[in-house]
Amino acid sequence: MKAKNELIRKVLTKRIDNDNPQILEDYIAKNGYSALKKAVSMPQIKIIEEVKASGLKGRGGAGFPTGLKMEAVLKAQGAPKYIICNADEGEPGNFKDRYLMENDPHLLIEGLIICALAVGAEHGYIFIRGEYQKSIEIIRNALEKARKNGYLGDNILDAGFNFDLEIYTGAGSYVCGEEFALMVCIEGKPGRATYKPPFPTSEGLFNKPTQINNVETFANIPIIIQDGGEAFNKIGTEVSKGTKLVCLSGNINSPGLYEVPFGITLRDVIETLGDGVPNNRKIKMVQLGGASGPCIPESMLDIKLDYKEMTDNDLTFGSGAIIVMDDRIDILDILKRTLTFFRHESCGKCTPCREGIGHLFILLQRFIDKTASNDDLKLVEILLETINQTSICGLGQLAPTSMKSVLKYFREEFTSRIDKSYVKQAFAGGN
Amino acid sequence: MSTINITINNRKIEVEEGTSILNAAKEVSINIPTLCYHPDQEIKANCRVCVVEVEGSKTLQTACSTEVKENMIIRTNTEKVRGARKVLVELLLANHNMSCTTCIRNSNCSMQAIAADLGIRETRFENVMIKQEIDESSAAIVRNQNKCIKCGRCIQVCASVQGLNILDYTGRSDYCEVKPAFGKYLNDVACVACGQCSAICPVAAITEKEDIEKVWKAISDPNKYVVVQTAPAVRVSLGEEFDMEPGSIVTGKLVAALKALGFDQVFDTDFTADLTIIEEGNELLQRISNGGKLPMITSCSPGWINFIEQYYPELLGHLSSCKSPQQMFGALAKGYLPQKIDKDPKNIFSVSIMPCTAKKFEANRAEMSFDKENPDVDVVLTTRELGRMLKQAGVDFNSLEEKQYDDPFGISTGAAVIFGATGGVMEAALRTVYEVVTGKTLENIEFNGIRGLDGIKEAVVDLNGTEVKVMVAHTLSKAREVLELIKAGKADEYAFIEVMCCPGGCIGGGGQPYGVTDELRNKRIAAIYEGDKGLPIRKSHENSAVNTLYEEFLKKPLGEKSHELLHTHYYDRKK
Repeated sequence: MKAKNELIRKVLTKRIDNDNPQILEDYIAKNGYSALKKAVSMPQIKIIEEVKASGLKGRGGAGFPTGLKMEAVLKAQGAPKYIICNADEGEPGNFKDRYLMENDPHLLIEGLIICALAVGAEHGYIFIRGEYQKSIEIIRNALEKARKNGYLGDNILDAGFNFDLEIYTGAGSYVCGEEFALMVCIEGKPGRATYKPPFPTSEGLFNKPTQINNVETFANIPIIIQDGGEAFNKIGTEVSKGTKLVCLSGNINSPGLYEVPFGITLRDVIETLGDGVPNNRKIKMVQLGGASGPCIPESMLDIKLDYKEMTDNDLTFGSGAIIVMDDRIDILDILKRTLTFFRHESCGKCTPCREGIGHLFILLQRFIDKTASNDDLKLVEILLETINQTSICGLGQLAPTSMKSVLKYFREEFTSRIDKSYVKQAFAGGN
Repeated sequence: MSTINITINNRKIEVEEGTSILNAAKEVSINIPTLCYHPDQEIKANCRVCVVEVEGSKTLQTACSTEVKENMIIRTNTEKVRGARKVLVELLLANHNMSCTTCIRNSNCSMQAIAADLGIRETRFENVMIKQEIDESSAAIVRNQNKCIKCGRCIQVCASVQGLNILDYTGRSDYCEVKPAFGKYLNDVACVACGQCSAICPVAAITEKEDIEKVWKAISDPNKYVVVQTAPAVRVSLGEEFDMEPGSIVTGKLVAALKALGFDQVFDTDFTADLTIIEEGNELLQRISNGGKLPMITSCSPGWINFIEQYYPELLGHLSSCKSPQQMFGALAKGYLPQKIDKDPKNIFSVSIMPCTAKKFEANRAEMSFDKENPDVDVVLTTRELGRMLKQAGVDFNSLEEKQYDDPFGISTGAAVIFGATGGVMEAALRTVYEVVTGKTLENIEFNGIRGLDGIKEAVVDLNGTEVKVMVAHTLSKAREVLELIKAGKADEYAFIEVMCCPGGCIGGGGQPYGVTDELRNKRIAAIYEGDKGLPIRKSHENSAVNTLYEEFLKKPLGEKSHELLHTHYYDRKK
């Protein structure tokens, strides 16, 4: 077994342990804002070339290449252009964005300024989850400090470039972490998803070209510009570059946030970094990414933290949560909690998510009550597929993930609770 | 615009760039089911029933919202697509009052039609509908939440066409509902009862308030003498209720049908449309010569009256004091007809067939009563209700032999017919005002500049050397623009403005047959002008029956009798 320090690779979090980068002076003392200084002398396309060369992919969960996104915004017709930082970290089990914002706010701000410079945006928003009052406070102070010191506002670093950032907070709705719901929310409308394409890069905030990325993605930008895309590209695996912040929680001895290079296994994270499960209990299930992520058995923990390997196994790691559950849990009870969450958070716009999740809940309850039939099992699978395939946004598309994966890896949890004496009944319409 | 190549159900076709999958499919005779989509509205992509497979996409894509791309490969009829659509419709049905056979939209419901097309034979999901109170507070509109499928069409028509935002989504998840702010009753918010929401609702969540039974009761009452009037716009739309080509003119059949239902006399609202022109034209001339409030604005459209009374009461002085043709007719039916036919006005039951839901509200107004007790118009039926009533009575509409309207309100002109389309009242007024003022014959009586679906239209008429500027607006969002101009003092050069509440005027009224699009509105408008052309008299002042009415009874325009019967007052009803 590898040692902990062999698994950890501090790139994003390198300043945090020993210094206090919350304070602008400390941040600057540790090379802060030097990437921006470098960037202002680079042509826009050169900055984007560096990001492309780095191989950085969006850390919000979808894993879209960041450089391509930036290039699309730069080339998009329409002005003004916007930068949005998605800091609406509402996915249960995730706390990495909060960690970054609260401990190294200027790293994020610097990343945002560099991207604004690269894509030609003069205004940006940091959309922070309403519950994150401390993050809001720290970012607000950091923005003020940055503004006072000439990193934000007009004529940044005397380079003839203007950019400013504004904080926008949600009111607690999970769906506002979805990029379109987030943008309409900034526009002052109720946070509901909308159809795409068109994508934000061409028609985003106020129908203008918009680069919207996750906190962790933006935080990587100063590192890429400082050290060069090439250097960043050397960290990680063939298709997964850089490090990943992992939020380890659940039945684990050492829960917390770990920065690791891509390519280590889930077992490395859980058994080495997390010191395993308390009281030497067995792992029953691990959920990846958060409530919207898949649930896998212990036998699959040798899968690597890698975009390709995850996809090949029909998995995603979302934005980095790893939730460990030991053998005391009832899987269907976990699913019930997850569905309760999604049912509550559905924005209600589209049919499958609004109506479908409630029916998943009803059907699941039949299994919990052991009154389900074989038809119910078929119906659950059909419904899961339909919600995933036809929902308008990621919330609905991913709400079925946990249940689908349980049906795949823990099928007996369902089949063992079918009532064999069940007689088919048709449902009459209500009045 | 450049074209691109796509493959749809294994057929390679070329379509214009920017076309949606839905429209591209239509071009090759492939229908894709839709519920929230409406060709005149912004794309919503809420209902998801139009999903199709697009090669390379991880999920199914909605055909309404997805633009075709070069070399796109689309499949609209696969196992996966059919299965998903079925589940989606079943989910809607499982949160729906499924009393289809007793529903007002039975056989005329988009969801029913899609369920039938998809071959849904059972709903596999438990019905989870939570029964809610039906809002019957409005005189014109009924909102039944239990049937709402949250498609958002009503929200959009109210917001974008009428600029009112009476309805919106409230709540989220399965608590998501469409209702007025704070869940208020429709009657307690500044709804104008235009009924555009009811005309565009794909199901029976918003409907007109059905008054058919009241009419049946009157017809079967031997003591009641039941008369009926028919609005100009009904004759060009009723045919659609009987699967006729949109734009069919069915005037003669309409009269015959009403007679078959048992009405004692069948009259034409066109008669009082002509009368409106005489009264309103004289009012305009009087205002011009006496320095009265200008611009004067028409008052035929009750949705529009509801709008100005509730939103711009400070501008009520601009409204013509003329009652609408419906109410002029009602007043004559109870204040003049009884003498002619020797009946007690209390025994006259007056019904009107209107393209409009707001007319139900108008007929209910306290001031619209000859004796302050009984309304001048007892019941208003929309075009849709008349269609249903004829079906109830077993009238085979399509094979009816045409009949003529009854006297004394049987004669009407082309000028009256065009009241049914936006710009029509103005055009009719100009035909008369010109000739009255100049004493000359108007050579070209067709004012094409104020016809058609443009939002705001203008014309200038030379009246003996004085140029008179007029303006025409339809939809309340356009009406609002006009009123803002007046408020800002930027409309002083206009003498006369026509405002119609509904898009296209009365032919696009909220009580008209379902399935309205701009394309269909244009067909109805074309029929209106064709009807005008086909009539021997096309100017209101040449209507001999109207002239007889003045000689016998009213004596002169704006006279004492006119003021008693044909003019009204407006009220500040700001909410």
